[in-house]
Amino acid sequence: MTPYDEERLAELLRSLPPAPQGWVEAAQELPFVRAEIEDLVQRAVDDAEFRQALIADLEGALEQVGYEPTDVLVRALRERLSLS
Amino acid sequence: MSLAQVSDARLVARCRTGEQEAWQELVTRFSRYVYAIATQAFRLSQHDAEDVFQEVFARTYEHLDKLREDEAIRPWIAQLTRRLCIDRLRAGAREQPSDEELEPPGFDDSLARLDEALSVHEALAGLPEHCQEILDRFFARDESYQTIGEALGLPSGTIASRISRCLGKLREKLEGRSEPRPAS
Repeated sequence: MTPYDEERLAELLRSLPPAPQGWVEAAQELPFVRAEIEDLVQRAVDDAEFRQALIADLEGALEQVGYEPTDVLVRALRERLSLS
Repeated sequence: MSLAQVSDARLVARCRTGEQEAWQELVTRFSRYVYAIATQAFRLSQHDAEDVFQEVFARTYEHLDKLREDEAIRPWIAQLTRRLCIDRLRAGAREQPSDEELEPPGFDDSLARLDEALSVHEALAGLPEHCQEILDRFFARDESYQTIGEALGLPSGTIASRISRCLGKLREKLEGRSEPRPAS
């Protein structure tokens, strides 16, 4: 038996507000776009012109090669390319 | 049984098979917990908390095969979040403080409170949907009676009594169970 009064329950419910929806969606999608990310990073490594295009206009360059520039993909690529 | 009712262990097993819906549920299930550890226990900025949040789930997905016990996913995620928060604080520090110096005072107590809060949140999932909605909106999302009333199509004068009734149901749920989720 757990002694939960209303005040205690309210305090516990308050302590877990939702994470921002965009963060949750990105975390849900990321593992499933990893193959695309790896492919694009490899192309950027192999092709200096493509890499420059990505740096200049990431979303536009993605569309040029047939990828939808989703928030998850764009964010992940920005991070990866800054490390590459 | 919906995915929200599935045990942690079974959910992990289903994630390991590459089931996208199971992974989405796992992220949903632990997102508030990870967020709270980063922003409440460690008081990270939103920017740093977001990086930690994404890294926690990226590593969780990568390491699903290495979990020794699937039912231990919650403490495993908690420790991973702790580790990444400390790393983040260390990266921003001028010197190289120890883990103990970077861990906020009372961290274990904070984590215990968030663990209990997550158990309460899980119990909430077993209540009727209207109770889940009204309690989450009022307490976790900090919405006013008026906002809740407008969103749910209820007179705002009835919100307080509904909240009280739903809290009663939640208390009964918590006091009447010995395990947070069914094993299968």
